[in-house]
Amino acid sequence: MKLTQGQFSFLPDLSDAEITLQVQYALENGWAVAIEHTSDPHPRNVYWNMWGNPMFDLRDAAGVMMELKACRAEHNDEYIKIIAFDSRKGWESVRMSFIVNRPAFEPGFELVRTEGPGRNLGYQLRSFATSRPPVAP
Amino acid sequence: MNDSAAPQTVDLEALYQGSSVADVLASLDNELVGLVPVKTRIREVAALLLVEKARRAVGLQAEPPSLHMCFTGNPGTGKTTVAQRIATILHQLGYIRRNHVVSVTRDDLVGQYIGHTAPKTKEVLKKAMGGVLFIDEAYYLYRPENERDYGQEAIEILLQVMEDRRDDLVVVLAGYKDRMDTFFRSNPGMASRVAHHIDFPDYSADELLCIANIMLEKMHYALSVDGQGAMRDYIERRMQQPRFSNARSIRNALDRARLRQANRLFAGRATPVAVEALQTITEDDVRASRVFTQVRPA
Repeated sequence: MKLTQGQFSFLPDLSDAEITLQVQYALENGWAVAIEHTSDPHPRNVYWNMWGNPMFDLRDAAGVMMELKACRAEHNDEYIKIIAFDSRKGWESVRMSFIVNRPAFEPGFELVRTEGPGRNLGYQLRSFATSRPPVAP
Repeated sequence: MNDSAAPQTVDLEALYQGSSVADVLASLDNELVGLVPVKTRIREVAALLLVEKARRAVGLQAEPPSLHMCFTGNPGTGKTTVAQRIATILHQLGYIRRNHVVSVTRDDLVGQYIGHTAPKTKEVLKKAMGGVLFIDEAYYLYRPENERDYGQEAIEILLQVMEDRRDDLVVVLAGYKDRMDTFFRSNPGMASRVAHHIDFPDYSADELLCIANIMLEKMHYALSVDGQGAMRDYIERRMQQPRFSNARSIRNALDRARLRQANRLFAGRATPVAVEALQTITEDDVRASRVFTQVRPA
């Protein structure tokens, strides 16, 4: 199941050239670009792991691409996303966020039904990726 | 071009006119005094990049040339000034994507504890990507007296990026000649990755006078006729003295002359001052310098 979160997620995966263009657009707007990765794709999981610090004061996307390459080398079987943060007054939030790396196999989600008293049913979404114990590297 | 083998020709002149290289080279000639070897080398690099562009246009593939440079020369010979210009030139020639220079020294690259250096150096490199990274006094990176110095780590990361990301980044090292030579001797990897070693010669007295006039013009001042002679005298004396640092010494001398000029005008404030007097530095302003009174050290 292809994970659809953030921008461009219903499109085919972006090529590196396309990612470079998107990052350059963010940099030209003065946004700080950061790389984050996670193995838990649950939509409510907003705390992805940071790959290094957010990158401030960059002028060219090549620097971000260098970090992305390093991150992919280490976490190729995880989701990696690039986010662009706008620190200007009034925004102070993420302006762009898109996935740039996916694991080879995306197991998707399970809908867990919990029976309550009477005929009550509780529903829970759970990502298969986290239901397995992590494999030692 | 070999016309018999390839029927099409390349109009280098049109390419030259089409780019703004001509303007850049002209402004280099007009605004920078002396520095003949530097200008020659920049001209050669510009020619190389232009020909490279023409070659690409007809489908001749070649690795992009390595343009990492090393500027050596005495203090005040214009190394930093030229580094700023190099970025503009390379940008207009289409070699680098952004017209920006990130100027750093050892402090910006080398960390204070284990594991601090690599992220710091990488951060700087990322900021410089697409443009020029100017490392002033690069020889401080290597401290032979301390074998556990973190400078070596910064050098290794630099080397790797200089090699792998040649089309993303141009590294310019600068420093005094003798110390840079020692630096390269102990880091042969660095020496072989820097293709262009440019030596900045000291200025002659005439060139320094010319520089003084340009500096004053930029600040909307001018030397009086007698002032010119005094300045010339001053330069010749100052050149004999210790700690002479070429154009930088001249700039400092001019700043002090302005101080004295202001003082002189202020002292005579009872009478109205002509606009011309406000922008003229006279002989007395220059001659009051301690260079003229000081006994020359034996």
